[in-house]
Amino acid sequence: MGSDRTPIFLCAALLLLLVVGLFIPNWLVFLFTISMAKGLVVLGLILLMRTGLVSFGQGLYYCLGGYIVGISGQHWGITDVALVFLLVVLAATLLSSILGLLLCRYREIFFAMLTMAFSMILYGILVKSEKLGSTDGFIIAQATLFGWQPEVEASGTWIFALAVIITLVALLVMHLYFRSPMGFGGEAIRENEIRVEYLGVSPRRLIYIKYVVAAVLAAFGGAITAVAAGHVDPEMAFWATSGEFVFIALLGGTLHVAAPLVGAFLIEIIRTIALDLAPYTWQMILGGSLLLIIFFLPKGLWSLLPKRREEEGL
Amino acid sequence: METLLAILIDGLVYASWLFIVAAGLTLVYGVMKILNMAHGSLYAIGAYSAASLVGWYFGSGHPPWGSFALFIGGAVIAGMVTGLIIERGVLRRMYGRDEVVMILVTYGVLLILEDVTKLLWGVDAYFAYQPYGMIGRVRFSDLTFAGYDLTLIAVAGLVGFALWYALNRTRQGKLLRAVIHDREISLAMGINVTRIFIVTFIIGSALGALAGGLTAPALSVAPGIGIEIIILAFAVVVIGGLGSVGGAAIGALLVGICRALAVHTYPQFELFIIYGVMAAVLAVRPQGLFVIARARKI
Repeated sequence: MGSDRTPIFLCAALLLLLVVGLFIPNWLVFLFTISMAKGLVVLGLILLMRTGLVSFGQGLYYCLGGYIVGISGQHWGITDVALVFLLVVLAATLLSSILGLLLCRYREIFFAMLTMAFSMILYGILVKSEKLGSTDGFIIAQATLFGWQPEVEASGTWIFALAVIITLVALLVMHLYFRSPMGFGGEAIRENEIRVEYLGVSPRRLIYIKYVVAAVLAAFGGAITAVAAGHVDPEMAFWATSGEFVFIALLGGTLHVAAPLVGAFLIEIIRTIALDLAPYTWQMILGGSLLLIIFFLPKGLWSLLPKRREEEGL
Repeated sequence: METLLAILIDGLVYASWLFIVAAGLTLVYGVMKILNMAHGSLYAIGAYSAASLVGWYFGSGHPPWGSFALFIGGAVIAGMVTGLIIERGVLRRMYGRDEVVMILVTYGVLLILEDVTKLLWGVDAYFAYQPYGMIGRVRFSDLTFAGYDLTLIAVAGLVGFALWYALNRTRQGKLLRAVIHDREISLAMGINVTRIFIVTFIIGSALGALAGGLTAPALSVAPGIGIEIIILAFAVVVIGGLGSVGGAAIGALLVGICRALAVHTYPQFELFIIYGVMAAVLAVRPQGLFVIARARKI
């Protein structure tokens, strides 16, 4: 396999981003933070897509993460980020380990449909619950860290720093995972599930674990979005949000752990520009590029990069 | 008792409308194995065409009853033309890909069409209420219902019967069923599968647009209606079993009655119950309630 320099590149790139973050305007910092949050969700999604499963319901955990942050701040008085994120992880693990029991038996469009149904159930509940602000959602209390309350002006920057650290850890862990036997097992399932079974590996167990990991990543994404934006609403669980994640995953491709991040950033920057210049053609641009990618670059933008030989199989 | 009647009628009306949307979706899936997300846009295009035709018709003072033929016909034609463009322009190039990839392709088409409708019709809501009031109201004991809604039930019955007749009692329907069973063998037997695909997709699109056109007088036509309806239609076809027209009817009835039940008793569960039923059906019988399970192929 040769020496693996990806972790070093990842560390260098994200530390550079951290330094750059100190000198760029606030809106750009916010944009980077949101891209990282969405990148995390999509990182979980490509984990599933490498197994041949497309989830149209990652919005479920994205929204769950966001609402846990919001509810613990507003109703339980917990604003400490470390504690809140722990709650988010617990909640996502709990929910996904229950739903995963059912979902690991499903494949192809049935998996897509059932994940979508679950996320729409949450959407349906949130839209109708007045205590949580129904369709408007609600504002999130100012976050703190270990009792330290950052100034309001600086909050964008330190949440950005937090996002960078979480993203870096997630990327490194997932990179190791992709190269582990379990990680390769995913692609084996995509290629031929029955052979995997004959080899003595349980595809259901693998898919179950991947589903839970993807859920936790999505919940982290939602939590970061909530803290950064200071607001949550049920749209986070709507299927169109999940659709956007799938779109980002296809844009970046599943070849590399950093691809979702690049994809998410591209989408956010294009959206910012397009909404400014041509608000009614933004979705058209998205849809058109989706078709072009499926048609010409089925492995995503990442496949345009020249690749080293040992990575061919990845 | 009266609540029960209200639930029944409301549920039937909602089910009829859902059935017309879902029938097109399930037909396209059955024949082409494409779960067409762009079906929602076809619905929206039908609704917009109908709304603007009604607005124009009543604006220029023609005899009011003629409006029905015009807006329904207009919606259907708009749907057929858009369907033809989608099939020939995009889907044709993607045949043979994975079913999940096809969902993404149609998702791309949905995104494009969403903006096309915004560019053509703007972002303001359209109201085409005139035909809704023309049929008058019907009384059942102490309850009154809009005649237009009750007509919708008849229209759905008609659409269902026409589909059943065409599929089971005509030569073309037989060809279609052959393609549903096995596309490759049908091709080998000399059936023009390309033509069947085009015709199916156009019929499916026309049904989506018809449903949109029929609902245009009953509600305000605004951006986003296509995105809302598609997920409901998914719920319906998944409950009945993908690709089965009879299943779509039963799925529509189930969703319609459940929703009416929730609206009249616990309105906060209105959306929850639809997706709850969908998830429950998927959990117990993923192939749909009325489709026989098949052994997986190696």
